[in-house]
Amino acid sequence: MRATSESPDPAVPAIAAAGIRKDYGDRAALRGVDLSIGWGEIAVLFGANGAGKTTLLRILAGLTRADDGTVHLAGRPMHRRGGRARRLVGFAGHQTLLYNDLTCRENLEFYAKLYGISGAKDRIEQVLAQMNLSDRANRRVRTLSHGMQKRLSMARAILHQPVVLLLDEPESGLDAESVATLGDLLRDWAGSGRTALLTTHSADVGLAWADRTLTLSNGRIEADAVAGSPITAGAAAPQ
Amino acid sequence: MELLRGALTVAWKDVRLELRSREVIASALVFGLIVVVVFNFGLNRSPGSLEPVAPGLLWVAYAFIGVLAMNRAFTRELENGGMDGLLLAPVSRDAVFLGKMLGSLAFMLVIEAILLPVFAVMLDLPTLSPALGLVILLATVGFATVGTFFSGIAVQTRSREILLPILFFPVVVPVIIAAVEASALALQSGPMTGVWTRWLPLLIVFDALYLVICPWIFGYVFEG
Repeated sequence: MRATSESPDPAVPAIAAAGIRKDYGDRAALRGVDLSIGWGEIAVLFGANGAGKTTLLRILAGLTRADDGTVHLAGRPMHRRGGRARRLVGFAGHQTLLYNDLTCRENLEFYAKLYGISGAKDRIEQVLAQMNLSDRANRRVRTLSHGMQKRLSMARAILHQPVVLLLDEPESGLDAESVATLGDLLRDWAGSGRTALLTTHSADVGLAWADRTLTLSNGRIEADAVAGSPITAGAAAPQ
Repeated sequence: MELLRGALTVAWKDVRLELRSREVIASALVFGLIVVVVFNFGLNRSPGSLEPVAPGLLWVAYAFIGVLAMNRAFTRELENGGMDGLLLAPVSRDAVFLGKMLGSLAFMLVIEAILLPVFAVMLDLPTLSPALGLVILLATVGFATVGTFFSGIAVQTRSREILLPILFFPVVVPVIIAAVEASALALQSGPMTGVWTRWLPLLIVFDALYLVICPWIFGYVFEG
């Protein structure tokens, strides 16, 4: 496993969630989600609109508080004050979490300082190159296309070399070349023993990337299958 | 040390963004100038007539400018989900709060420093004193602390522009009263004993209270 500032214990799952419940008013978004994902796995979470995929990812990232249940990333609790465990997570969601009036490099410098990354300058150049954005490094974010902003958001998510990557529909808005680049990145990611959990509406992309597929329906994980094997009987098909 | 590093990183980011866009300072300055002009024409300006009300007018204007500036400070975090970015980082919520507060404090002090001479001329304020500078600094710390806290809460609602002043003004009333009273004493030609013995200590006490309570509650509000 690639060394990070917080070396995780390989004996514990990368992601372990138990009994996650979340209600929005009268509507139950998650009704007791149990999840365990090991190191080096790319797990793809499928589900219809409103199935609770984004809510689940946000709870795992520590951005939304679950009404009940526990979340551990690399054995560290995220359901209580995440604190240092947040260093283990990289998150890219629907929003880029970038500042439009800063350049690509300045955005990454800001996050590098927040995460206390040593050797930040080199690391920033590395992730910019990885996302094919080196030639746009000094351009303000507002001048970039949606796809480029999305790639920069990915660069931000992996900047601090987290061991768990949570991606919410990472392929949406990307052209074919960028989707392929992202696929390569995820394969390298899993190859180095790290873990990724992502959601997607694209069955083609999801199944191509996944080591494991999960289907969220009615607020629960209704199907859990190793990629290439038949989906658990009675489970909803990926949407 | 980590708290300070995180706070300064967030504050510097806000300053950098403001230097690029000049949204907060420009709009607050224009608003401040309009307020001064309206006061200037709206009040009877016979010699000495403005002296009793000038400190009140000054702080009414500063309070409204503060609300305008602080509202914008957090709205910026909504643009692309920047607040999530701050909350994902392994820095304490206190550091995030302190960083946003320091950013707002810097903007407000700049705006106040630019507008003060304009107020002095337009409202016939007597000689400006170092004591007034200290009053402005301490009162602005209180404004920025409470304002940052409520701005962080209000920004998550749809009616944020309305909600911020409704939440902000009742809580910050002690600071406004102390600031007005201290400014009145600081601007007069007589002894300023009351500034040092009563109003400045009161401002310091409220600043300290706000600086302890606001980050503490902010941490709970933004904990997922």
